[in-house]
Amino acid sequence: MSRRYLLTRAGEALVTLFGVSVVVFLVLRVVPGDEITARLGTDASSLSPTQLASLQAYYGLDKPLVVQLFSWLGNVVTGNLGVSVTSGASVSSLIGDALPVTLELAFLALVIGLTLGISIGVFSARGRDTVRDSAGQAFGLLGLATPNFVLASGIIAVLSTQFGYFPSAGSYVRFFDSPLENLQQEIWPALVLGIALAATIMRTTRSAYLEVAQQDFVRTARGKGLPERRVRWRHILKNALIPIVTITGIQFGYLLGGTVIVEQMFGLPGLGRLVLTAIEQREYAVVQSTVLIIAAAFVLVNMLVDFLYTRIDPRVRFS
Amino acid sequence: MKIRVVLPVVAVLLALLASACGSSSSTKSGSGGGGGTVLTVARTGDIDGLDPHVATAFQTLQGLELVYDTLFEQDKDLKTVPGLAEKWEYSADGKKLTIHLRSGVTFHSGAPFTSADVKASLERILDPKTGAVLAANLASIKKIAVPDDATVVLDLSTADASLPAALSHVSTAIMSVADIKSGAIKTKPDGTGPFSFGNWAQGDTLHLVANAKYWGGAPKLKGVDIRVVPDESSILAGLRAHQFNIGVLSDPTVVSQVKGGDLKLESTPSLSYYVFAMNATRGPLKDERVRQALSCAINRQEVIDSAAAGEGRVTGPFTSPSYKFPPFEGLPCTPPDATATKRLLAEAGFPNGFTINSIVLTGEHGVMPNIAQSVQAQLQKVGVKLKTQMLETNTFVERWKKADFDSYITINSGFPDPHQMYVRYFNSKGNLNQVAKYHSPEVDSLMAKGLAQTDAAARTPIYRQLSEQLLKASAWVWLFGATEDRVLAPGVQGFIPMPNGSLKSLRQTTLSQ
Repeated sequence: MSRRYLLTRAGEALVTLFGVSVVVFLVLRVVPGDEITARLGTDASSLSPTQLASLQAYYGLDKPLVVQLFSWLGNVVTGNLGVSVTSGASVSSLIGDALPVTLELAFLALVIGLTLGISIGVFSARGRDTVRDSAGQAFGLLGLATPNFVLASGIIAVLSTQFGYFPSAGSYVRFFDSPLENLQQEIWPALVLGIALAATIMRTTRSAYLEVAQQDFVRTARGKGLPERRVRWRHILKNALIPIVTITGIQFGYLLGGTVIVEQMFGLPGLGRLVLTAIEQREYAVVQSTVLIIAAAFVLVNMLVDFLYTRIDPRVRFS
Repeated sequence: MKIRVVLPVVAVLLALLASACGSSSSTKSGSGGGGGTVLTVARTGDIDGLDPHVATAFQTLQGLELVYDTLFEQDKDLKTVPGLAEKWEYSADGKKLTIHLRSGVTFHSGAPFTSADVKASLERILDPKTGAVLAANLASIKKIAVPDDATVVLDLSTADASLPAALSHVSTAIMSVADIKSGAIKTKPDGTGPFSFGNWAQGDTLHLVANAKYWGGAPKLKGVDIRVVPDESSILAGLRAHQFNIGVLSDPTVVSQVKGGDLKLESTPSLSYYVFAMNATRGPLKDERVRQALSCAINRQEVIDSAAAGEGRVTGPFTSPSYKFPPFEGLPCTPPDATATKRLLAEAGFPNGFTINSIVLTGEHGVMPNIAQSVQAQLQKVGVKLKTQMLETNTFVERWKKADFDSYITINSGFPDPHQMYVRYFNSKGNLNQVAKYHSPEVDSLMAKGLAQTDAAARTPIYRQLSEQLLKASAWVWLFGATEDRVLAPGVQGFIPMPNGSLKSLRQTTLSQ
C-alpha cells in the first residue's frame, strides 16, 4: 500500500464524514420540533415572543443554519463535541461512557457470530443437500427471520421465570472494574445479536465454501493426498474468506449504531440508547456528534476490512 | 464439528448463569448490613437534570422529590398537609399567607434550614431568568417577608387559595440560600429530604442514601437505587427474578401480565386523564349540541376495556380524589346514549353526521392508537367520521399549538388543586386557551370564585358547578382516568402508591429479604 493510496483513502473518509454530518444536521432540523418543544411539550405554545426569543438564543437556534453547522463542525475539529443541554454533561464524556458498552457488545456478538456462523456454514456445505445441510440452512433462515426483540424477550422471559435471574438487574459494571460481572451483563444481549449475525455469516460461508470447493486447486490438493482437514481449512475456507470478511465488516458497522433495541431491553447504557434519547429530546449536539463518531467507526472498519483483504489474499493489492 | 464448537459456548453461558445466580444473591444479602437494605426501583426513564425548579420531565421530578422537600405536601388523597411548613394561616381578606416553619431541620450539607432559604428559593422561582416551570402558579406572590428565622409572610396581589397546593409541588423545592448563591444546586443537589444524593450514573442508576437526620424520622431503608430499564417487559422480568423490589409501569398490556406469582400490583387512580378534545370554533363543532352529542355517543368503559386492557376508570373533568364529582353531571344524557345522540345531532341540523379530523399523540406505548380506534369506531355508528392522524410528540405539539385540528386525542397530566387543573385551558385569560378554543363568562366567574375562597369545604361546591359547566359545554370528552401502577416484589412493606405518581412513601417503606 503506497502512501499515496493511504492519503486518498483518508481524504475519501473525510469527505464521507463531512457528508454524513451535513445530512444528519439537516435531517434533524427538517423534522418538526426543536429543543424547546421537546423540553416544554404542549407548554411551549404558551411562551411569549420574548421568552421564545431568549430560549432560542440560549439553545443557539437563533443563528442561521450555515452558522450553526460550521460553528459545530469547527468545535468538533478542535475536539469539542458540544454539551448536552438537559444534563449539562459534555458530549465527549457521554460518548466516552456509552461507546465502550456498545463496542464490547459488538465485539462479543462478533465472536459469537463468527464462531457459530463459520462452523455451521462449513458443516452445512460439507453435507450439501443432506439432512445436516437442511438443518444448517434452517438455522440460517430462522436466525435471519427472528427479530432481535423476539429473541431478546424470549431469553429474558426464560431467564427470569426459570432461573430467577435478570441479566441487567444492577448498575452497569465496566469490564475493567469486574470482568465477570461485566460479562454477565453483556453476554446475553451479545448472544441475541450474535445469533442474527451467525445466520448471515453462515449463509455467506456456505455459498462461498461450495464455490471454492469446486475449483481445480482443491481437487489437486486432494490428489496430492493432503489430509481432508487440511484441505478443508487451509485451502477451501481460506480462499472463501473474502466474502465472509466483507459481510462481517458491514455487519460490525451496523452493530455499532444499531444495537438500540437490545440495549433498551437489557437496560444497557450504550450508544444506541444515547442517540435515541437525544433524538427524542432534540439534543442536536448529542445526536450530531454521536452519529459522527458512529460513522467514523464505520469508515474505519471498512478500511480495516480492505486491509484484511491483502492479508488474506496476497494477490489483492491497492495502489 | 458443530458439537465441538457449540458445547464450549453453551458451557460458558451456563457457567456465567450459575455464577450470576450465586453472586446476585450474595450482593443482595451483602447490602443488608447496618440500617436496613438498599431498595431498587426500576422504571423506564432516567432523571434528565438536577435542578427541580426548571426540570420538566416527570421522572426527574419523581427522583428529586426524594431529595428535596417542599413547604407543603400532599397526602394519599392529595389533601394539602404540612411539609417544611408546620402551620399556616390566611388573613381575613385572603391576601396574606403566614407560614410557620418547622424547626430543627437541616440540609444534607449540614446547614440549618431557615426562612432565608424559603425566601431565596421562592425568589429564584419567580425570577424570569430562572425559567422555572411552575412560576405562573406562584404569580400571585407580590412580596416575601421574613420577620424571623421560622416565619415567612407572603403578600399576595389577589386572594389565592391554590397557593399551598402549588407550593407542594417539587418544582417549588426549597434549596439552601448558600447553594443558590454559589450555583452549586446545578451540580450537587442538597435538600432537606429523606434521602440525600449519592451518585448518578447517567442513563443507568441514581443512588440515593438515607438521611439519618430527616425531620420526619430516619428512613428504614439504607438507600434507594433508581434503575433505568427502558423496556417495561424487562422491568417485569427483573421483578419476577426478585432483582428489583419496586417496578414503575405504565403500559396496561404489561400491567395486565402481573397476575399470579408472588408479585403484588398496587394500582391507584392517577391524576392523568385521556381526553378527546374538540375545536369549538370549527364547523359543526361550533354547536354545543353537536359536542354534547359526541360526548353522549362514546361508551367510556368500552374505550377502557378495548384500549387499555381494563386499566382505567370513568372520570369527569376533575381527577383529584378530594374533588370527585359525578362524571356526567351537566350532560343532557348518561353516555352511552344513542337516542340522545341522534336527537341532539338532528336538532343541530346534522341528522346524517359529518366528517372531522383528529390528531392523536402516539405516546410511548400502544394505548393512544387503541383509544383513537375505539373512539373512531364508536362515532362511526352515529354517522360521524373521524379521520385520525397519529403523531409523535414533537410533530403533535407543532400542530397542536397552532390549533390546527378539528379535534385531538391526548393524555393530560392533572393537578391536585382544582384551580390549576383547568385555569390554563378554559379561563379566557389562560395561556393555553388559544388551543382549548372554548371559554365562557360562567366558567371565568366560577374560577375566580374558587380561587378567592380559602376555606377548603366551601370550595368543593364551586368546583362541582365548574365540572357541570365544563360537561355542559362539552368542548372536551373526558374518556377515562389513567392508573398509577407499581409492582412490588415480596418483602416490600409500607409503600403507598400515590395518585400523582410520587414515590415519597419510600421514606417509610421497609424491605425484608
